[in-house]
Amino acid sequence: MKEIALHILDIAQNSISAKATLVDLTLSETPEAITFTIVDNGRGMSPELLAQVSDPFTTTRTTRKMGLGIPLLRMAVEQTGGSLTIDSTEGVGTTVTAQFRPAHIDCPPVGDMAGTITLLLQGTPQLELHYVHTIDNNRFQLTTEELRAQLGPEISLAEPEVILWIRDYLQEQEMLLRENKGMKA
Amino acid sequence: MKTLAELQAIRDRMRSQIDLRDSGDDRIRVVVGMATCGIAAGARPVLNALLEEVNKRDLKNVTVSQTGCIGVCRLEPIVEVYVPGQEKVTYVKMTPDKVASLVSEHLVNGRVVEEYTIGAAE
Repeated sequence: MKEIALHILDIAQNSISAKATLVDLTLSETPEAITFTIVDNGRGMSPELLAQVSDPFTTTRTTRKMGLGIPLLRMAVEQTGGSLTIDSTEGVGTTVTAQFRPAHIDCPPVGDMAGTITLLLQGTPQLELHYVHTIDNNRFQLTTEELRAQLGPEISLAEPEVILWIRDYLQEQEMLLRENKGMKA
Repeated sequence: MKTLAELQAIRDRMRSQIDLRDSGDDRIRVVVGMATCGIAAGARPVLNALLEEVNKRDLKNVTVSQTGCIGVCRLEPIVEVYVPGQEKVTYVKMTPDKVASLVSEHLVNGRVVEEYTIGAAE
């Protein structure tokens, strides 16, 4: 995985396969840490599964959906001196928090968040997604409820014309967020 | 700069077309593997290129969707094309550059791009 955004895409899909209807995704960048948190209301994990989830070799066919995603993420954060925590309650949901140390040479770039959000929505257009991205004191926020309020209930977010518009919008907003940060720094 | 209100214009335009898209069983399905293996191999830009190309050509009979691990991780990114009444075609080691010819040859003209298929790779 060459970007933090790709890890986010991968891990958020675990929420979707856990039948989450709401995913809360927060990404925050400061000089000290790049942190993302994914909170879902999916089916959650048992304490036994939670204990094994970072080990690629204990996954079985039935839990194969976990596969290498979490172990790869854990390796990537720990390489930078950061940390990964996973909290989960069966029937309630799961929270994954990954913290990278951007000062470390092994820290991957944040990458294309617009592409990641776009593909999450394209793959699961009925999902309610709350996305917040902060860089230092600047903040960008988008919720699927806001999109649907404009679009109306009958048009899917996955319609090519709609999803490409969302991608362009996100690209623009992500760029503005980063530029603002540059001016203040 | 784009504003969310622009979605209303898209909505109005699409409302008039919505019947065209719901034309049942003769739809072509294009499926991209989006598990850890696919993502790590570069499936995200491939899927993005597919969406762009399908939208640009206004292919109303094509659905682009995502799936999990297809099972041949070393050949990712993998794109499967399901044309109704025909055998599934599996394209392997896809790149955004290959997408344009896949769309124009296979989805529009109905000719399989043999050199990108799993048969040619193996």
